Formats: sequence, structure tokens, C-alpha cells
Amino acid sequence: MADHAFLIPLIPFIGFLILFCTLGNLPRYWVAVIGVGSIGSSAIVVALLGIEFLSQKDPTPYAVHLYTWMNLAGFQPGVSFYIDGLTLTMMFVITGIGLLIHVYSSLFMFEEEDYSRFFSYMNLFVAAMLVLVLADNLLLLFLGWEGVGLCSYLLVGFWYQDSANGMAARKAFIVTRIGDTFMALGLFLLYQHLGTLDIQPMMHVATASWAIGDPTVTLACLLLVGGAVGKSAQLPLQTWLPDAMAGPTPVSALIHAATMVTAGVYLIARTHELFLLSPIALNIVALIGAATLIMAAFTAMTQSDIKRILAYSTISQIGYMFLALGVGAWASGIFHLVTHAFFKALLFLAAGAVIYSLHHEHNIFKMGGLRKKLPLAFWSFMIGSAALAALPFTSGFYSKDAILLSAWESGPMGPGLWAAGLLGALLTAIYSFRLVFIVFFGATQTEPDKPAGSVMAVPLLILCLLSLLGGLLTVPVSQVFPPATALDHSGLIPAVTLAIPILGVLIAWLIFLRRSVDLGAITSSAVGKFLVTFWFRHWMMDSLYDRVFVKPYTFITLANRRDIIDSFYNGFAGALRLLHDYATLSQTGQLRTYALVMLMGVVALIAVFAGVITP
Amino acid sequence: MLELALFYLAAGISLVSTILAVTRVNATHALIYLIISLLASAIIFYLVGAPFAAVLEVVIYAGAIMVLFVFVIMMLNLSPAGEAIEHRWLQPRMWIIPALFCTLLLAEITYMLSRGDNLLMGHMVGPKAVGLELFGPYVLAVEIASMLLLAGLVGAFHLGRRYLTELREETS
Amino acid sequence: MTEVVVIPMEHGLLLAAILFLIGLLGVMVRRNILLILMSLEIMLNACGLAFIVVGAHWGQADGQIMFMLILAIAAAEVSVGLGMLLQVHIRIGTLDIDLASRMRG
Repeated sequence: MADHAFLIPLIPFIGFLILFCTLGNLPRYWVAVIGVGSIGSSAIVVALLGIEFLSQKDPTPYAVHLYTWMNLAGFQPGVSFYIDGLTLTMMFVITGIGLLIHVYSSLFMFEEEDYSRFFSYMNLFVAAMLVLVLADNLLLLFLGWEGVGLCSYLLVGFWYQDSANGMAARKAFIVTRIGDTFMALGLFLLYQHLGTLDIQPMMHVATASWAIGDPTVTLACLLLVGGAVGKSAQLPLQTWLPDAMAGPTPVSALIHAATMVTAGVYLIARTHELFLLSPIALNIVALIGAATLIMAAFTAMTQSDIKRILAYSTISQIGYMFLALGVGAWASGIFHLVTHAFFKALLFLAAGAVIYSLHHEHNIFKMGGLRKKLPLAFWSFMIGSAALAALPFTSGFYSKDAILLSAWESGPMGPGLWAAGLLGALLTAIYSFRLVFIVFFGATQTEPDKPAGSVMAVPLLILCLLSLLGGLLTVPVSQVFPPATALDHSGLIPAVTLAIPILGVLIAWLIFLRRSVDLGAITSSAVGKFLVTFWFRHWMMDSLYDRVFVKPYTFITLANRRDIIDSFYNGFAGALRLLHDYATLSQTGQLRTYALVMLMGVVALIAVFAGVITP
Repeated sequence: MLELALFYLAAGISLVSTILAVTRVNATHALIYLIISLLASAIIFYLVGAPFAAVLEVVIYAGAIMVLFVFVIMMLNLSPAGEAIEHRWLQPRMWIIPALFCTLLLAEITYMLSRGDNLLMGHMVGPKAVGLELFGPYVLAVEIASMLLLAGLVGAFHLGRRYLTELREETS
Repeated sequence: MTEVVVIPMEHGLLLAAILFLIGLLGVMVRRNILLILMSLEIMLNACGLAFIVVGAHWGQADGQIMFMLILAIAAAEVSVGLGMLLQVHIRIGTLDIDLASRMRG
């Protein structure tokens, strides 16, 4: 099967080419068959490859070299794939979840005029994402990295007729581009010092040539973290993700919840040997994760748009992954990535089902009482929220529990990080069940008309199952990462970790369902009002960036409207134009004048000739 | 010495008739002087030992090519009014600058010719020698010349045909 | 190769140069396209004369061959040139070369 690894990204790419080149002239049925079928075939190849790889007694990672991409003075990045447990895990998520979401979309997007365009972008996304995780060297990884960024831009702005969507797409593109620039600089630095971008040799050279805490490796790691926070929507570049919800709901589920936004986590995990050399960078990763998860959780509590709540929850959950990476719990971080992909895809698809039935209604306060009318969406939401809140024995519980316990045991910063994670867990439980209680209980606000079809129901059911039982899976990454310390599951700390989410659900129940606490009184007081607004606007980060970056930039561009540098070139062009006008005066169109001028030239030439050549 | 005298006589006729050809206001007169100049050139060719070239000069240059001019003059239907226009065009001051530069060039050429040794000519090269040379080393040049003539034929046919069709449209 | 006549080569070349310059003068001064074409013929003929004279000096056939090639060029040039002359006559309605100046600027 190893020889067929190239098929994994190639099949979706061919699907993209077919759909793209036919310019939407295929019948919808065929579009669905090609769009879904390409991902399905890719998933089958991944499954066969995975079975072969994991059935070995002692799975050994291997590289598949396809061809040399370019050859520049000894720098020979190949188009070659590296397959180990981590890659395989990511591929299972991308093709598996991707397939479910594609199946779901084939009905969800059926009414759209640009059905074919949607699937072509989605296929291109899957191809790029697979290249990203399969890449053997950081340059190929960067190609996939930029490819998924492009697809994210195209799909966020899918409904381009509304200019707000276009603005959201541009915001997503530009903000992640800032991170990508950091990452590119990191690659330059690494190449300059290590002389290669092939990940595995690079890690060996790095371990051999740098001592722990070397400033260069710290700088390189921080530049890579810059790329990761941009793509994974972490502090300080997280502002693009909520706006990216302007795209269709399956896009939010696939790109902005399950796969692309976790690429930063993958990058750090992939280069973890580098990060092990730099404790400072690891601490910063942990702090970024902790800060982001709390900030985003507070914001999620105050939002009213169903998709924005989920978006902030995604930012928060990726914060947990960063926290896990930062404290060295690599496997737990990747495990949370997988379980998060399950339950967040489930939540988004369920939200999509609700939106589908309610004529694109996004405001949760206009929903309510949908429990009986949309039972499938309700149970999906219940299971997804339970996993998100990490209620015991759901998939999210296992992964988040492991992260929190690892945080507790990780050195001097441990208790602080643990407390932050715990606060985040409490808030997560509150906001996720706030959403469930407001949308599905209480009085009916809007009547749903068309329930989701069976094509949408099947992926939801499978994801429900995965969200519930995903905790029983083990991710095959034990060989990739250094062995984790065994976690102590007895004593006070694990008990508290276990109890906090349940407490959160209880609080949400008291406030939003039983209404024992008068929420209106709290929010209408001066402090409450301020906090709600402050959190609702995500800690004023957008307006802060607007003031600090956007406004001065627009001011400068307006001041330089006539472009000082351009005026130099324009002046040069103007001078040339003047000379040209003088030169055209010689072109009189008079044949006889031309002959006369030629004669003059001949006279002059022969004068020189006769004077020089003749003895 | 007779040959030498003939050479200078032919040269003189050639010069005079050429000057006259260039300065005539009537195109037909100019053409006749041009033909005389070409015939004088043919005599010079014969005198310096190139009889074949002399024959070609008479047959092709003075004969065929000049007949083309005659045809065109016939087609143009030149009127006496044209001569008045030519008179107006040929003002003496127009000659000054071109003549000045031509004189300069002539002076330069004379200067260069005067520096060489006193070379003589007088070898007979008959048609047989020319023919052997032409279809020996120069066969490629012959092919190229034939292609050039073909191009000239096609070009003339193209230009002239449109002229005729337009004339036909005007008359009908 | 029999000796025919002994003539100074410089005189032959000088004659060719003068004829050439008269032709050039005609091209520059005349405004009638027909006369310009005739002047061009004079120039071509002068070139041929120069080749013949030099060939006669060396006693070789190459000069005459060059003359024949010039003949071919002259024939082609005249046929195309006269065709264009007719076109100018039909389009502009005159033979004045100065009026055919649309290539200006």
C-alpha cells in the first residue's frame, strides 16, 4: 500500500480538477458523486494504508519519495510523504470526518446555485490538507499550509454576493497571512542553521547541534508558533475565526473546526523535538493556550449567534490543545484534536440542521422549544455538548481530563495552568448547555418547516456515536512522541477535575432553565453590563486592532494616496514620453528626407572609413 | 588607342544622358535618355571584356525593364498639366543640399581611388566562363535569384490585380 | 583570356560612382514616383557597372555573375515598384511622393 500513498491527496485533487474545469456544467447528481466519491476513495486508501501500517507488530515510520520538487544549489526539497502514527491519525480525521461532512453537504447545499464550485473548493481543501499532514519536509508542508489557507478564503467568501462575506474572507486571509509570514521566516532561519528542511533529518541535526535553551532554537520555535497561532486562531491572532463563520456551515465544520484550524497543533507536534530544546517556547505555547481558552470561553457565554458560539468554543478547545503541547502532553493534545474533531463537527452539523430547518436563522434567542420538533438535532446537540463540556465517559472527557492532569503535574507553572484549564472547563460546560437550553427548551419562537433528510441524518448519527465512544480509541502516536508520565487518577485533583464540568452544567441549568437566578438583574447592573459588553465584543480585541493597526494604516494610505515612490517612476516615464515626442519629430514620413539623411550618414561613415582604414 | 577613345566617349554619353534623364520634366523624355545611358553602359561592358553582360544590358535592361516603364506611362495617361506641376516641383533651391552631400561623397570616393596603384583592366571573360561559374559555385545564388523573381512576380500580380478590379468597379 | 583593351580601372570606377550619385540625387530631388523609380534604376545600373569593371580587372567571371544578380533584383524591384506606383496613383490620386506620408510620427 505504501506505493499508493500518493493517491491519497491525488484523488481529491483530481476531483477538484474535474469539478473546476467543467465550470458547473455537470448535473448535480454527478457533482455529488464526484465530490463525495473522491473523498470516499481517498478515505478507503487511507484505511487500507492504516490497517497495513498498524497491523505490523512493530510499526515503523517510512518515507515515500515521489520526485524531487526543485534542485537549487544543494537544496533539494522532494515531493515526498512521511507516514507514521501522527500522520495516520491526522489522515483518519481528515478523510473520515471529511467524508461525513461531504455526504452531509450533498444535501445541505443542494439548493445552492454554485453546488459544483462548493464541492470543487472542498475537494481542493482536502487535497491540500492531506499534503500538509503527509509532507516529509517543511517546504511541502508550507505548500499545503498555504493551500488550505486559500481554500479557507474561497469558502468563507463562498456567498460572495454579500460584501460582508467577502470582507470576512479577506480578514481570515490577511490575519492568517501574518502568521504565515512568521512561519516562513522560521523556515528560513531553520534552513540557514540546519541546512535542510526535511523534518526527520532536521530534528536529528537540531538535537545534535543545539543545547537546550539555545536562543536561536527559541527564536525558530517562536516563529513557528507565530505561524501556528495564525492558522489555529490563538491569541493574538484569533480574531479571524468568528468572522469566518460567514461561510456555509459544512465549511465551518470541516475547515474551521475539525481540520484546518488544528494544523497549528499538528505543526508543533510534528516539530516537537525542536520545541523540547526550548523550554521557554514551550511555556509560551502553554500560556497562549491557557489565556486563549479562558478568553474565548468568556466570549462564548455572551454570544447570541449559534455559529459564533461554536466558533469561540473552537478557539477555546484549540487553546486546550496548545496547553497540552506546552506542558509536554503531546499525545493528549493530539487525542483532544481527534475527539474535538468528532464532537465539534457534530455540533456544527447539528447547528447546520437547525439552521436548515429555520430558514437560515442564526440567533439563538429566536429559537427555542425545538426539542420535540427536531429530535435528531436535539440529541446530536446533547451528545456534542456533553462531549464538549467533558462530562464523564464521553470522548471529550478522556482527552480533556488527560490534559488537565498533565498540566497539574508539569513543573512550577502546573497548578496555575491547571486552574486556568479548570476555569475554562467550567465556562465550557456553562456556555454549551446555555446554548442547548435556550435553543431546545422553553417556548417555541420559530416554527421549523423542513426536517433534515436522511443523507444529513446518517453523518450525524455516526458522529454521535464517535463523540460518545471516541474516548475508547487510542491514537497510534506512542512511537512518535517521548513517553508521557503515567497520570495519577486517584486523589483530590482528579476528582475536582471530574466534578467541575458537572458543576458547570448545574449552573447552566439553574440560570437558563429553572431561572432560579435572575440573570437580568445581574446583567443590568453597571459592572454586569460592562462585563457582558466587554466579553461580547471579545475583550475589545477587534476594536483594539482596529485602533492600533487598521486605522493608522488607512490613515497612512490615505495620506500617501498619490504614492510618493510612484511619482518618481511616473516622472521617469514622463521624461521618456517627452523624449519620445521629440524623437517622433524626425519621422516625417517624407521618403526623400530619409534618403537625404541616409546619404549624410554614408558621407560621415566613409569619411571615418577612409581616414582610418586607408594607409 | 581606339578602344580607349571609345571608352571615354561612351562614358561621356552615359554621364550626359543620365543627367538629362534625371532632370527632365516629361517622363517619356526622361525614359528615352535613360535608355541611351543604358546603351552607353553596354558599350563600356563590351569594351572592358564582358560581351555577355553587354548583351544582357541591352536585352534585359534597355529592352525588358524599360518597356515596363513605357507601359506604366501609358496607363497613367499623363497630361500636359503634369509637366507644369513638374516644373513647380523642380525648383533650383531643392537641389542645393542633396547636391552638396553628393559632391562630398564623390570627393571622398575620388580621394580613395586616387590612393590606389594605377590598376589596369583588359581581360576577356567570355559567356562560357560565366556560364561555368554561374552553374558551378554560384548555383545557390541562381536559385535564390529565381525565388526573388517569383516573389516579384507574385507581388506585381497582387498589386496590379487590385488596381484592375477597382478600375472595373469605377467604370461599371 | 585574350587581351582586349587597356583602360585604367579607376576611371571605370569613377564613372560608376558618378552615375550612382546622379541616381541618388534624382531620388532625393524628384517628387514624381516614376522618376524616383528611374533614378533607382540608374543607381542599380551603376552598381552593376562597378562589378563589371572590377571583374574585368581580375579577369574573373564573378563580376558578371554579380551583375546578373543585380539584373534579377532590378527586374523584381521594378515590377513591384510599378505595381505600388499604380496603387498610389489610384488611392491618393497623384504621383507626389511627399503626399504619401502617412507614416509620419
